[in-house]
Amino acid sequence: MSARKIVLTSGKGGVGKTTTTVNLGAALAKRGHDVILVDADIGLRNLDLVLGLEKRIVFDVVDVVEGRCQLRQALIKDKRFDSLSILPAAQTRDKDAVTQAQMAKVVEDLAEMADYVLIDCPAGIEGGFRNAVAGASEAIVVTTPEVSAIRDADRVIGKLQERSMPVRLIVNRIRPEMVRSGDMLSVEDVCEILSAELLGIVPDDEEVIDTTNRGEPIVLNDQHRLKSIYEKIARRLDGEIVPFSTLDNQGFLGRLFGALKAG
Amino acid sequence: MHVLRQDDAGGNGSQPHEQAPVATPAKLGRAIVITSGKGGVGKTTTTANLGTALARRGATVALVDADVGLRNLDILLGLESRVKYHVLDVLEETVELEEALITDKNSPTLRLLAAAQTREKDEVDTEKMRALVQRLRETFDYVLIDCPAGIETGFRNAVVGADEAIVVCTPEVSAVRDVDRVVGLLGNRFRPQLVINRVRPQLVKKGKMLSVEDVNGILRLPLLGVIADEPEVIVSTNKGEPIALRTDTKTAAAYHAIAARIAGEDVPAPTVEIKESFMGKLGSLFGGRRS
Amino acid sequence: MIEFFNKLFGREASSSTAKERLRLVLMSDHLSLAPDMVEAMKRDLVDVISKYVQVDRTKIEVSFEQQDKALAMLANIPIVGVNRDAGGPRGGSGNGAPAASSAPTANPSAQASAPENPAPPQPAVPTPRRRRRKKANPAAAT
Repeated sequence: MSARKIVLTSGKGGVGKTTTTVNLGAALAKRGHDVILVDADIGLRNLDLVLGLEKRIVFDVVDVVEGRCQLRQALIKDKRFDSLSILPAAQTRDKDAVTQAQMAKVVEDLAEMADYVLIDCPAGIEGGFRNAVAGASEAIVVTTPEVSAIRDADRVIGKLQERSMPVRLIVNRIRPEMVRSGDMLSVEDVCEILSAELLGIVPDDEEVIDTTNRGEPIVLNDQHRLKSIYEKIARRLDGEIVPFSTLDNQGFLGRLFGALKAG
Repeated sequence: MHVLRQDDAGGNGSQPHEQAPVATPAKLGRAIVITSGKGGVGKTTTTANLGTALARRGATVALVDADVGLRNLDILLGLESRVKYHVLDVLEETVELEEALITDKNSPTLRLLAAAQTREKDEVDTEKMRALVQRLRETFDYVLIDCPAGIETGFRNAVVGADEAIVVCTPEVSAVRDVDRVVGLLGNRFRPQLVINRVRPQLVKKGKMLSVEDVNGILRLPLLGVIADEPEVIVSTNKGEPIALRTDTKTAAAYHAIAARIAGEDVPAPTVEIKESFMGKLGSLFGGRRS
Repeated sequence: MIEFFNKLFGREASSSTAKERLRLVLMSDHLSLAPDMVEAMKRDLVDVISKYVQVDRTKIEVSFEQQDKALAMLANIPIVGVNRDAGGPRGGSGNGAPAASSAPTANPSAQASAPENPAPPQPAVPTPRRRRRKKANPAAAT
């Protein structure tokens, strides 16, 4: 079985790539897929931390590439799921510890073991970005509805298109009340400006920081209001047509300013 | 809080000036890099607003956007339509430094040197970057360098000309971890000071967010400022008008306090207020106030 | 509701400002990222103008500037010669073919040669408004 190899990238840092990788990966795993998450942020690893697996790291991607361990030995299985594992980054090396070709090979090998390989890309468009993208065949660009994030996303989308990579967009941290008062760009604005296909809309939620602090993926918490959002994104990724719902249930105005077409 | 001595030779004092002042040794401006490791914590916002606040106090300030390929300092200041030349143009001597410096719309003593949008970070010559920052220090009281996210080439080039560092952190585990790494890489030379950004006092109270003490308990740096999360910052970015221009927001006040501390004033220690007074008193029982 | 009142009293929502600024800055970013396209545009422009006047191809400058709500292309094309014949020949060739009218019309034979490199993926932005500025060069050698 050869997995879908998807890089999650953004250009701008701090928009939620790692949080999205973890929660989307967990949602896919809950749907029964075999999922492997790869942390491509060598030197500034965080995927392990956000998933709460930081204490279990023995080997990392650099150990694999330098032959100190087998690929399987470096994978850490998340015991809360049937089939979710991560390949951590090295913390004390830097990004030229791994070449693009090596990354591509690692991702190829992982793709033989899973249904989905999600690669968490570092911020920027330098070597770390190039390495992260080297192994992927699709991209998800994560952005927030803010001017700098959108500008950087645009640049990254350009670079991905140069590689003929299909790109889909997740708009993260949208605040419907600020969109309504005209203080924030809407999801439609963002999609229009970036000319990208929308994969998901994730509202801003102050509880998310708590989940990353505790290393608990959102889909494990039935009470969490974002749980269904990530589940929907997972379904769309699987090819289902899932309409984008209004972001809140505030009636007419909400529907007017928040409603979007499906797909 | 901190009065930092001006060292005429700059930096570690071991490099000769390219253009040594002839008569009395001119007082060199301070070159401060604003960095974090983690992206999206507010480096660029801090650079723009600290620069604005310092300029409002009458200082001459040069802002350098070191994020080659992903420039954003210009757009935060509302100067994106005025950018004609950038850092690489100056380093490669395509254009004079003076021509490349853009005067801010709102603060006449604030000038911006934009990043190149379509080049790569490894095209920057490190030594020339250092020399450029030295040149700027000769004419400006402050040179603030906006560092890109990460710890790769961009980071190294941003840091090379600087003398001091401000590290920006948000109260989140990943950010703290990254700042810790960056502080390790910076070493003692830069005497880094900490700004904690995007604090949400209500969440801290509920135990759902790290407190200032939690963060600095790990990082153990001199605390330069604490800034609460405010939606007005998004509005100011939309408009391209740094929030420090306003007088009515807590964020602006926080940046002005940071500027005052940088300038050596004795300003009360940074805190974040907890809004409702009753809950505030309760909060202070749990050590919610930074002392 | 707030947005309604803002519009009523003429205060522009900051999101509209943001959208407009982004639109312009991305146009500008895309142009600077497509030097091949800009070169091709320059060549085509100069080829068309050369049908009517002689130009100094070595001194042509093209730049983009934000003006009000649009991006303007400014072209500085030194004209080194204008034939006495109405309409003028193609620049430098002197074959004396007169043009019937002074207004430029679509002329298939004036198609410039295709750019050598395939154009980069077209950015999804509106075409910049073009303004041409021609400066007569008094020092032109004849």
